[in-house]
Amino acid sequence: MRSIVLTKGVPDFSEGAVSFDEDGHLERGKTPTVMNPNDEFALQAALQTTVRHGGHVSGMSMGPPGYGEVLQEAMASVYTDDSYLLSDRELAASDTWATAITLSAGLETYQEEVADIDLVFAGFKTADGETGQTGPQTCWAMEWPIVTHVIALDVDPDERTLRAKRLVEGDLDEIETVEAPLPCFVVTDPEFEPTYRKASHRLTHKALRAETEERAAEHDDHLTTWDHTDLNLDPDYIGLDGSPTIVSSVDPIPKAPSEREATMIDPHDEGMGDVLEVMQPYAAEVGE
Amino acid sequence: MTDDHEHYEAVVVGCGPGGAAAAARLADHGVETLVLERGPEAGSKNVSGGLIYAEESAPYTLDDLFDGFREAATERPVTDYYIHNVAGNSVKTYDLTDLHEHDTDWCDAVLRRDMDSWLETRVHEQTSETGGGVLTNVRVNGLLREHGEIVGVTCDELEPIEADLIVAADGVNSELARDAGLMDWAEPEEWFQGVKAVVDMPPDAIDDRFHIGPEEGAAHLFSGDLFEDVRGGGFLYTNEDSLSIGTVFHLDSLVEQAAEPHELLDALLTHPLLAGWFKNEYQEREYAAKLVPDSKKVAHRRPYRDRLVLVGDAAGQMQAQGPIIKGMNHAVTAGALAADAFAVTRGNADPAAAGRRYTKLLEDSGTMAKLRPRRYDLARTVGERDAVTDAVERVLASPLGSLAVGNPIADRLLQRAYNSPFLVSMLPDTKTGYVSLPTLIAEEHGKTIHWESDIEPPTLEERIGDLTYDTDVGNPHIELRDESAEASGAAVTACPVSARDFGGGCYRSEAVKTNGTEETLVSLDTQPCVECGTCAIVADTEWEHPRGGKGVEYREG
Repeated sequence: MRSIVLTKGVPDFSEGAVSFDEDGHLERGKTPTVMNPNDEFALQAALQTTVRHGGHVSGMSMGPPGYGEVLQEAMASVYTDDSYLLSDRELAASDTWATAITLSAGLETYQEEVADIDLVFAGFKTADGETGQTGPQTCWAMEWPIVTHVIALDVDPDERTLRAKRLVEGDLDEIETVEAPLPCFVVTDPEFEPTYRKASHRLTHKALRAETEERAAEHDDHLTTWDHTDLNLDPDYIGLDGSPTIVSSVDPIPKAPSEREATMIDPHDEGMGDVLEVMQPYAAEVGE
Repeated sequence: MTDDHEHYEAVVVGCGPGGAAAAARLADHGVETLVLERGPEAGSKNVSGGLIYAEESAPYTLDDLFDGFREAATERPVTDYYIHNVAGNSVKTYDLTDLHEHDTDWCDAVLRRDMDSWLETRVHEQTSETGGGVLTNVRVNGLLREHGEIVGVTCDELEPIEADLIVAADGVNSELARDAGLMDWAEPEEWFQGVKAVVDMPPDAIDDRFHIGPEEGAAHLFSGDLFEDVRGGGFLYTNEDSLSIGTVFHLDSLVEQAAEPHELLDALLTHPLLAGWFKNEYQEREYAAKLVPDSKKVAHRRPYRDRLVLVGDAAGQMQAQGPIIKGMNHAVTAGALAADAFAVTRGNADPAAAGRRYTKLLEDSGTMAKLRPRRYDLARTVGERDAVTDAVERVLASPLGSLAVGNPIADRLLQRAYNSPFLVSMLPDTKTGYVSLPTLIAEEHGKTIHWESDIEPPTLEERIGDLTYDTDVGNPHIELRDESAEASGAAVTACPVSARDFGGGCYRSEAVKTNGTEETLVSLDTQPCVECGTCAIVADTEWEHPRGGKGVEYREG
């Protein structure tokens, strides 16, 4: 099995890490970049496939050179074999469309120069854009089948098919099982859970972890960077020029008004009398 | 083998010293070996008092099997060994170094998290070479049978696994030994319960206060009246930068006296004798508890069934006779012998061939004779009979007893008697050996300690609060079958993380009023459970270990 996992660096929105200016705009320079949290599930799905069937997993991302660290994180946490970064000034300010064109070019180039791909994994939505469009658009450009909202996955390498459980309408109450031919594009849902019920799978998992520790430390040796010429892309159709999306303005989300008041009362204080007074009418109601 | 199940030549359940020795030796023989450990890391579920012996007469020791074991995985070697007979503030100390050194190649203090996790890494390396390895966070919950014959194991986390050899090294509460019908949880008098505190102390303070060098260590035992009438004793061992201090009691005695194990530990910790070592500084790292099988009574003479062999605590292979407490070394020997037995009987059509061979090796190597000394069996028949005990007790309590024990010659003889492996192996498990005689010795020969202890050990609530748990919410691993006080009330005091009038422990007794009558019922909350197994014996429960990785996680052990 040859798998590619698409991943993206996003601002770390977690408490304490993220920084906003006075107008509520994200301060990109002061906020660290981390791997998009939803991509973790895509990586886990790829790892599960490798553990069960063997093979090779490459991480792929589009972004500035610093995104190499995100690919390194992917290698350290889910044991990718190598990394591909699509990085070029011409790619800056891409919207989902231009990103999808670039990523599909990355996948095509990979097929031409490295190996045929069986599976492409992507996470559901990035934490910064929240569009959920890039995965399906990339797949559309590849003209491959796609299975989205995947929560469980089983691959049959001999039959060259996959069987997936997916959420219908993104709801855990409704789950359908679908089958698709390989190569295929798989978008994992945050409900995806890898399962390793065989001892041999867990031993393989453990062996991969040990083997990857050294590799992730020397990540640069396993990183390939491709610019727009490597990808054979026309600068007019990528980056800002290739992005049909127009962002007219960005408004900070207003804080929800507080409608409740709280008064702190020490139980040993005489303030307890006030509580009783407030409760009294309700107690009377209950009594009736 | 059916197509549905994974198959390994050998499956070893538990990665303590017994399991580690079995797995390493199996790998030596080129056997494909899978080791399943329920803790998140080997050692996270393990507790021991803290001394591991390498006997000169033993066929295998841990440093034979694992190069560099002592340098990497143990604390201090025991170079000084004493027993203190205590009566109030009066203490008489005997040097037991002779007894300690009998048949001892070396003996080191250990902390199990460090030791077992080191072993796990080595075992994984070795077993990986032969197509297996160690998996943590996997709880084996029972035996896989085919046509009534044991052929493998079932797990919470994995599909069933078949094996040609199954080594149950799953500890004192072995679920496999019980599933096979080889061990039971019936009689409190077959068990000891130990509780332990690991206490901080800087290395130079240890050297200074125990009068030892940096490469030396001390072991101190305590007996007498500091535990009232509960049969058992206390210990203190020096680690690199901490002390292991604990108490071990006969479980039946704990139950009879309705004693609180943590209070007995506190009685030792706050005794003036220890104040001289603490210098009013007391920082407890960890509180732990463990059940200990009494090999004299329960070591299984034929610890196998079909392809299953029992090793270590799972087989009751824990030797506790007077001041001698040896468990891990016997588990190591047993594990390695079980592996050797399998290696020579490999391919034999009889599934029990390895087990039979293992039993023979336990006997031929003299291991079984140490675990179940014949001398003890002979002495026990008179020694533990109540009438004899009472008679001896009356003599000791009389002026004649004081005269007999109290003269200077007796003092010399007593020290020699304590140091005699022969006599110690005959010590009956009565109040006489544990309480009356030591108390009398201290009264007659002891020196009075005049300083006071200002140590305040943590409360049980604080001790539980300091432990690490990964609670399996909504899936309690113990169920109370009978909540009446008669059936299960003993657990309220005997459980080391429960106590009378304490609401934060596992077991509580509650007065429940129904239709005008009031009865006392026992209730259970497994969250604070340290998985020692006490309640499986003293209460009416459905007892299992938590799922893999869940429950208490010891940092020291």
